[in-house]
Amino acid sequence: MRNRLMVHGALIAYTVLALFPIALILINSVKTREAIFDDPLALPTMESVTFVGFQKVLASTNFLLYFGNSLIVTMLALFCILLFGAMAAWALSEYRFMGNRVLALFLAFGIMIPIRLGTVSILELMVRLDLVNTLTALVLVYTAQGLPLAVMILSEFMRQVPAELKDAARCDGVGEISIFFKVILPLIRPAMATVAVFTMIPAWNDLWFPLILAPSDRTKTVTLGVQQFIGQYVTDWNSVLAALSLAVIPMLVLYALFSRQLIRGLTAGAVK
Amino acid sequence: MKHEVKIWQLLLFLAPAVLVYGVFSALPLMQTLGQGFFVADDNGRAAFAGLQNFRTVLLDPDWSAGFWNAMVNNAKFFCLHMLLQNPIGLLLATLFSLKGLRGARTYRTLIFLPTLLSVVIIGFIWQLILSPLWGVGEKLMGFAGLAEWFAPWLGEEETALTAISMVSVWQYIGMPMMLIYAALLAVPDEIVEAAHVEGASAMRIFWQIKLPLIYPTLGLVTILTFVANFNAFDLIYSIKGALAGPNYSTDILGTLFYRTFFGYQAQVGNAYLGSAVATLMFLVILAGVGVYFVGVQRRLTRFAL
Repeated sequence: MRNRLMVHGALIAYTVLALFPIALILINSVKTREAIFDDPLALPTMESVTFVGFQKVLASTNFLLYFGNSLIVTMLALFCILLFGAMAAWALSEYRFMGNRVLALFLAFGIMIPIRLGTVSILELMVRLDLVNTLTALVLVYTAQGLPLAVMILSEFMRQVPAELKDAARCDGVGEISIFFKVILPLIRPAMATVAVFTMIPAWNDLWFPLILAPSDRTKTVTLGVQQFIGQYVTDWNSVLAALSLAVIPMLVLYALFSRQLIRGLTAGAVK
Repeated sequence: MKHEVKIWQLLLFLAPAVLVYGVFSALPLMQTLGQGFFVADDNGRAAFAGLQNFRTVLLDPDWSAGFWNAMVNNAKFFCLHMLLQNPIGLLLATLFSLKGLRGARTYRTLIFLPTLLSVVIIGFIWQLILSPLWGVGEKLMGFAGLAEWFAPWLGEEETALTAISMVSVWQYIGMPMMLIYAALLAVPDEIVEAAHVEGASAMRIFWQIKLPLIYPTLGLVTILTFVANFNAFDLIYSIKGALAGPNYSTDILGTLFYRTFFGYQAQVGNAYLGSAVATLMFLVILAGVGVYFVGVQRRLTRFAL
């Protein structure tokens, strides 16, 4: 019994450590400047509550646009990764053809070697394709970044789909392409969730590629937008705290809604 | 059981992934590796220069100090993650995988939260907390009677790298924790119960049964940490800027690569030297991955069930 209390004690202590910094930012973002400095740990009261920081951020940046950009880039990249990744994983795990293993190895290479190391040439390529400062550039890069892991996880799952299912469909005269879309894709949905988690988070949070490939005001992502906004307004604590909160709150809401699926996806994929 | 298939169908399945990955990841990487062997001639065109760029980065007095400084800092950054992030992640995962622990799911969900947020956001949050101007850090330490130990850790040359590493550990602990947790769940109940019936203590079950069974996962966590750490950039750029101050004390390979490629202050950016730095980073990561696959993973999988 005493052991269990100690376990809870340790876990609660770490949970507080994990959440406290975020809570502190959220609490202080709705307080006046004086209240932020006088007593940072106090909750906002009727006298100390203010939304001036939020007003300033929303008025002086295109925050909603940045947010939309992040959403578009992440969702499109995710769609491409899941579709292209599943298609390639199916071909590699199901069909016998020359160069199968070489191709699998070629794709697997990208799991361990970060795409960032090719930045010099990626930028030159994007300049040549006239894609600098477009969201397309980011979608392409994040798709390329996410594909290797997606192919690996998905082909692992596809190998476990019972052969009878596929053979039955083939006997009924169903074409290979319909088998993939109608039989296989619905079956590997849990694995898709895992892939989604592992590819969405880095794409949404990335600073490097937005900074280098799409820094224009029209194409900024939330991560880059907040980074630059804070760089300009370092001394304006209300605005800084509000900008941070604006970046955090949507993620908190999404996490509250999807945390169960997300963690299940994370652990399911890892066991494989 | 592999099937024959028509060529056009095969191409249809493979083409999108291979094209996007090939054109936007594999090819640029190879080009970058190649570009490290060139310099710009007087007309600004690329001219083959053999190992000149690498000699500059590794041996030229103007460059080598910066490179080796970044390399050593990066190694320290990695060591701190191995000493803190992964053991604490293991501890937390072990605690909430205990049988019948109430609220295990809640702990898991809450502790994972920081891992989801952008490094940039996390960097700024901790910068504010550790700022002497705001004084939150000092105040909190005051509760434990340690107020006089507080220092502006992020701003001092001796402590800045350690402080940033701790912020990174704080954020990324969720990843090893989840991977290890998943591995612990996969340990068969019968083995643990058998040991329990034989009278083994909880401690002994952990050290002698569970831990050896999850060695492969610990190996995987190590290599993932290694790759992520030697590729890190965002956190240091957002807290310290491209100059990785004070006095380059937080400079790691990622920030050095950025400065070499894009330039900073009086230094003009140089794509060829930048490529050379990227090539060196590639070699470091490749060496780590190689050691993992040849030395660690092969030996560890023997223990796997």
